[in-house]
Amino acid sequence: MTPLLRALGVGKRFGGLAALSEVRFDIPEGSIYGLIGPNGAGKTTLFNLLTGIYTPDEGHFEFGGAPLPGKPHDVCARGIARTFQNIRLFGSMTALENVMVGRHVRTRAGLFGAIFHPAGERDEEAAIRARALELLDFVGIAHRADQVSRQLSYGDQRRLEIARALATEPRLLALDEPAAGMNATETATLGTLLQKIRATGVTVLLIEHDVKLVMGMCDRVAVLEYGRLIAEGPPEQVQRDPRVIEAYLGAETTA
Amino acid sequence: MDIFLQQVINGLVQGSIYALVALGYTMVYGIIELVNFAHGEVVMVGALVSLSVIERLAARGYSGWTVIVIGLLLAVPACIALGLGIERVAYRPLRKAPRLAPLISAIGVSIALQQLAALIWGRNYLHYPDILPKTQYAIGGAVISEVQVVILIAAAVLMAGLWILVQRTRLGRAMRASAQNPAVAGLMGVDVNRIIATTFAVGSGLAAVAGALVGAYYNVGNHTMGFLLGLKAFTAAVLGGIGSLGGAMLGGLLLGVIENLGAGYMGKLTDGAVGSNYSDVFAFLMLVLVLVLRPSGLLGERGIEKV
Amino acid sequence: MKSRYLPLLLVVGIAALPFVTDIALGRSWVRLLDFALLYAMLALGLNIVVGYAGLLDLGYVAFYAVGAYSYAMLASPHIGIHLPLYVLLPTGALLAAAFGALLGAPTLGLRGDYLAIVTMGFGEIIRIFLRNLSITNGPAGIDLIDPIAIGGFSFSASHTLFGFTLPGIYNYYFLFVGLTTLILLMSKRLEGSRIGRAWAAIREDEIAAKAMGLNTKNLKLLAFAMGATFGGISGVLFAGFQGFVSPESFTMNESVMILCMVVLGGMGHLRGVLLGALLLAILPEAFRPLAQLQQSAFDQVYLDPANLRMLLFAVALIAVMILRPEGLWPSPVRKRELHDKEGDDRPLPPSGQPTGSDSVPGHTGVSAADAGGVA
Repeated sequence: MTPLLRALGVGKRFGGLAALSEVRFDIPEGSIYGLIGPNGAGKTTLFNLLTGIYTPDEGHFEFGGAPLPGKPHDVCARGIARTFQNIRLFGSMTALENVMVGRHVRTRAGLFGAIFHPAGERDEEAAIRARALELLDFVGIAHRADQVSRQLSYGDQRRLEIARALATEPRLLALDEPAAGMNATETATLGTLLQKIRATGVTVLLIEHDVKLVMGMCDRVAVLEYGRLIAEGPPEQVQRDPRVIEAYLGAETTA
Repeated sequence: MDIFLQQVINGLVQGSIYALVALGYTMVYGIIELVNFAHGEVVMVGALVSLSVIERLAARGYSGWTVIVIGLLLAVPACIALGLGIERVAYRPLRKAPRLAPLISAIGVSIALQQLAALIWGRNYLHYPDILPKTQYAIGGAVISEVQVVILIAAAVLMAGLWILVQRTRLGRAMRASAQNPAVAGLMGVDVNRIIATTFAVGSGLAAVAGALVGAYYNVGNHTMGFLLGLKAFTAAVLGGIGSLGGAMLGGLLLGVIENLGAGYMGKLTDGAVGSNYSDVFAFLMLVLVLVLRPSGLLGERGIEKV
Repeated sequence: MKSRYLPLLLVVGIAALPFVTDIALGRSWVRLLDFALLYAMLALGLNIVVGYAGLLDLGYVAFYAVGAYSYAMLASPHIGIHLPLYVLLPTGALLAAAFGALLGAPTLGLRGDYLAIVTMGFGEIIRIFLRNLSITNGPAGIDLIDPIAIGGFSFSASHTLFGFTLPGIYNYYFLFVGLTTLILLMSKRLEGSRIGRAWAAIREDEIAAKAMGLNTKNLKLLAFAMGATFGGISGVLFAGFQGFVSPESFTMNESVMILCMVVLGGMGHLRGVLLGALLLAILPEAFRPLAQLQQSAFDQVYLDPANLRMLLFAVALIAVMILRPEGLWPSPVRKRELHDKEGDDRPLPPSGQPTGSDSVPGHTGVSAADAGGVA
């Protein structure tokens, strides 16, 4: 089976500095795939390249067998949705409205529909609302639907971001450190949520600092260091890789 | 007469004034990422203050460059005070506000200054008294007047001074650090508020000189003169690469020359259909063109965006 | 009781307003009401651009001018063409929209400050053209423009109804009330629609909006063209109502005034914008006695009321931004948004957690200052 996402020698330079070079990996459909690495290893850069915020200087991605288009909204339309490391919700909109925006790319009503409210548009609005509520329920914050997103607790904001991303009907959900700032209980619930998401057939790509979470949940893990991929494989294998231990895990355990 | 050379000379003179004004835009933008819409109005205030002084002195029979210098001695501090006041009242409280707020505040300051000037100096065009020497020098088929020579020299000296200030002094280093990253500069012990205020002060001082020179050059001024001048200087700053000092200087000179050449030849090329009435349109088209083709300008770095 | 009878009361009140005004203040005030309604339409149009999509347009009056001149040239002896309103209203609207798209397409991908300055320049350029082109009759402008007429009904003529003779300004009043209501309704529906939500998302966080699949450039262009359309329509009505147009009606000050209406009233909030427009449109009249007062006291007008008024508006603009950014009558949501930003009460990740955003160079989009959750 062809992998859902392939990174084919992707590289990016900022000025003279190579932030990423020659990154290659395959993400099998239906898996939870972890991407770890020390600070500044290039994880978020990789995300930004993947989601079209930046174009790679070398190599490219293949998604569902075809090369990825450039613009962020096209990438989203193709089926890749993301969250942000430093949460970026639409702050003054309610939780529900945030998720409804996520439906934009899968719905069609335009100016005419907005102004004349034909039956088709009304049905679509109703469907958007229903689906958004469903997703809020799915991530477990349905009771917060009408709250302004800025006023939600940190953990709820993270979940809301996931619900908003799911609203775009992604085949690949890319999460940038979803457990950052969460306590142990919250992290555990997040783990359950990710399993639930995978169960619906969505592939998950996870950038994480919490090595335990990654190792415990991911089917495969890639390790970045100084912009290069130093190991890739199932967690047990990666965990034993001496280069990984030295570069990342070793430092982590002694810290 | 060599029209081409003449237009280039005129362009350089006009361009050096643009450059002085553009520096104010670019410095402020570099440090707080705000298009200071009121900057053109500061130039206007500089021009009108110096004019008021010059008029009074001329009425007592004084003439020559000393009168202009005395006008400057009053206009520069007035504009610096104005610049500091604007920053303190209209921009500083909004530094953390959503993006639209400081922009709207800036446009408010710009309009307020225009109207205030109209109330103080009236709405009609004011004419400068005839006090400057009319000496002209011939070079290679074109002429350059003494006023033009003085403008070129003054602008060059000021720009060199600014360059030394920014590149070679402690204050300059703090300014550059604050422009790079205000938060980090603050942590390193730089008083960022003070640096921002200084930036406004320097920009406003340059604007005052530019205003006085514009007045001396064209011999007229009124409360609306800052608008187009400001727009053009901003265009120059964008052309050179906003945030870059060298860019503002280069952009100013370039815009001045292009504009003058355009105005000189446009009528001919279009058989009189498009006359020099449209030279202002020219600068604007240039702005749009630069923004579309190379938003980072000639010397600007591409902005750093954090995601 | 209040809520049940309020709509009815409102309708009666609006219908009675010109009559009451006429009797109490005089006929010139009815004319002022008409102008206030024209401004209301303009402000509602600009509100789509500034209030909904968060784009600062400082040359909005250019679209007003395009609409007005399109009507003036095609319904006057100037060229000798007299086309009917049902042709010219859409023409003016479409022409203005086309200008909006033309200006917006290259610049809307850039950051907001650039748009502000480009629109400001554009407003001036349009005026320079109007002043210098012979087809627009230069600084003198165009006069003897046909009044607005639908079928055989001319709005400028007096008509007798139930024994009352209503002069043209009454007809225009009711026409403008109708159209303002229509624009209000359209705005309201846009606001709550899929498109309106997308605009709000862009206003709040452009990068997140892009990542959620929004084609931000097209959506911004849509807002821009939509605002321009309303500006064009208002322009057509203005030309027919006033009977002549000249470049001096379309100065930068006019753009600023319309912006003031939107901002003072409350960006993005329809009632606020409406209130702002009506208030600021009537205000100049309140300044008139000031000149008379000076005249009688000093035999001379020292402080020009027109300048004084603009000065006051400008100061109000600054004061509102600093003290009450949500405007006089804000929408509840907008109020939250603008006030929360300052303290930013969103929970921060505990210290020690890297908010390390790999900085990425780019030539479009929002700046670091915009990018919420700054490290």
